[in-house]
Amino acid sequence: MRLKALVAVLGVGAVVACAPVQSGPTSSGTDEQTGQLRVWLFDEVNRGPKEAVVKEAISEFQGKHSGVTVDVQYIQVSSRAERFKAAFSDPKSAPDVAEFGNTDLAGYVSAGGFSELDLGKWDESKDLVPSILDTAKVDGKTYGVPWFVGVRALYYRTDVFSELGLKPPTTLDEIAPLARQIRQKKPELIGISAGGKYLFAALPFIWAQGGDIAKQDGGKFTAAIDSAEAKAGVAKYTELIKDDICPPATCAGNGGDASVEAFRAGKAAMTIGGDFNRKSVDASSAAGKYGVVPLPGKTKDSVAPAFAGGNLLGVMKGTQRKTLANEFTQLLASKKYQQKMYTAMGNLPTFSDVQKQVADSDKFLEPFTKTLQAGTKFVPVTPAWAKIEAQAVVPTMLQEIVTGAKNVDTATADAAKTMNAAFTS
Amino acid sequence: MTAKGQGRTAFAYLAPALLILGGLLAYPIYQLVLISLYDYGQEQVSGGAPLEFLGLGNYRNLLGNQQFWGVLGQTVAFAAVCVVGTLLVGAFLAILATRVRTWVRMTLFLAALGAWSTPAVAGSTIWLFLFDANFGLVNEVLGTQGFSWTFDKWTAFGLVAAQVIWCSFPFVMVTLFAGIKAIPGEVLEAAALDGASAFRTAWSVTLPLLKPIILVVTIQSIIWDFKVFTQIYVMTNGGGIAGRNLVLNVYAYQQAFAASEYGLGAAIGVVMTVLLLGITMFYLRALRRSGEVL
Repeated sequence: MRLKALVAVLGVGAVVACAPVQSGPTSSGTDEQTGQLRVWLFDEVNRGPKEAVVKEAISEFQGKHSGVTVDVQYIQVSSRAERFKAAFSDPKSAPDVAEFGNTDLAGYVSAGGFSELDLGKWDESKDLVPSILDTAKVDGKTYGVPWFVGVRALYYRTDVFSELGLKPPTTLDEIAPLARQIRQKKPELIGISAGGKYLFAALPFIWAQGGDIAKQDGGKFTAAIDSAEAKAGVAKYTELIKDDICPPATCAGNGGDASVEAFRAGKAAMTIGGDFNRKSVDASSAAGKYGVVPLPGKTKDSVAPAFAGGNLLGVMKGTQRKTLANEFTQLLASKKYQQKMYTAMGNLPTFSDVQKQVADSDKFLEPFTKTLQAGTKFVPVTPAWAKIEAQAVVPTMLQEIVTGAKNVDTATADAAKTMNAAFTS
Repeated sequence: MTAKGQGRTAFAYLAPALLILGGLLAYPIYQLVLISLYDYGQEQVSGGAPLEFLGLGNYRNLLGNQQFWGVLGQTVAFAAVCVVGTLLVGAFLAILATRVRTWVRMTLFLAALGAWSTPAVAGSTIWLFLFDANFGLVNEVLGTQGFSWTFDKWTAFGLVAAQVIWCSFPFVMVTLFAGIKAIPGEVLEAAALDGASAFRTAWSVTLPLLKPIILVVTIQSIIWDFKVFTQIYVMTNGGGIAGRNLVLNVYAYQQAFAASEYGLGAAIGVVMTVLLLGITMFYLRALRRSGEVL
């Protein structure tokens, strides 16, 4: 029994004495002007053109700063969470500058990963579209420069529409009957390819009805997904994932990529796709026989507020080359290189004047820039959102409704409960 | 040598093994328990927020969650089906292997080893291809094009269970086959001379002799199948439509690690460890009571 007592004492002692490890980027005081600047950018399916533009920026940067080299690492979007978490936990393996998705911002900032940027001295920054710049802010402080923006609009098959003598919808309410009608006449087609996990397609439906995921009150978020307006939007969206439009067996498990994939495969008459999907649709069986219009809003010819997706460039908090990191960020995010990135990758610029310029030269972009001008919205800017996304709260809610497991009232109420738990934790 | 001296010598011999066990098992479990007592998220790991000691808060949170209990029940049922299926298929094929000609047995073993050595991710993906709604071979053969095997909760679970059984029966088969082969011929001969029927021989002679081996493969299978992650994650796309195909490990990953709630994740880990230890202990005791030497 003496042994047991000893183990117990040791055990209690150990629990009290030790705590789990903590490490972190304490911003170092040093600000070196030479050496290697490490940059993380996202890998893409077709990375060549992006890499070429980045190389150009690097040689310009290295030309201006002697003794400085820039090392770019392309990281996978799918494993970004692990990579960034590791970088925040171990500053030695962290880059100085990084590209990251704007929905990840709040989580990264609260993890202490990125440092606040002072854009005041940067002339070009005043032309950044305000609603897009907002996606780089947490509590009014800017932590990144929007590098490009992505919005979604309604893709439709022009051949199917003209064959059936139809016109693209002009209000949100018209979408479901229109899609139903198409599937009735052409049962092999999905009326509109919507997905049970396609959050960014569902959000405009909620926003167009005047609802939102959550509302902020004095810095605190509370779920609003169970409000009457939001519920109306949820009902409108889930109505699409029914056997007579987009059968749940095919569509309930689909996210954005899979939803667009059905359109690419020629199996859907409509879908909600982004400006960034253009190249892949042009390389598919739908090429040359599709058109794009802004996703209509509640009233005739209005535009449903779209989700302002996109990527930011930011400076890591643990960097030892703060000045250089800031300068490189501003160079890569500058008008000149955004223009080049647009030509190379089709990425929509974040400066209003550059946006207008590219829209004038490319008719395809019109529905997207129109959507941007109509005003975009964003997910709640709080670290809790990363948790809500990881726990798939909204997709689960949508799927519960489309499979008939719960009705709109119960599903939204349950989702609100889970969200509030995340907001208050 | 005194009794005390003997004990010391024995301890010295055991020390290296204890050291390795301590380093690889005790320390991680200690860390797991420790983390489970804190509010330990990404903010805390990277030093953006202070640590907060929660005591049993994570456990209260977990055990008070209705979904956790649903997923736990689902996991137990799923593991039970997989274990029973694995044992039945493995035992049947092991017996078959003792009765057939050498080349048939070789073919059977090679096929089984192929299934066994296929990495879980690759195996799951191949099964998904086979059962694809539009282009899958299975639907082509059955003439059920367009039928989604992964949409309905029960067909999805059934499909995953079949995959799990497919990749875990070879272990059972090979082990039992070796066990059957190791039974001395004289024993069976004696039974035959006593006039025992084939069934009687199997029930009263072979089975009791195989008991220790069956014990090992059962516990192994329970532990493996309780911890299934890859197959569910890959084949049901992270837990099925609306999370209705979640099992505990995938749930822990989604709720805790993907959401950076390491404290909560550690608590789920501790609960799983305790559960599995409990099952193993229960099983061992039951066997000991039935007179088995362990």
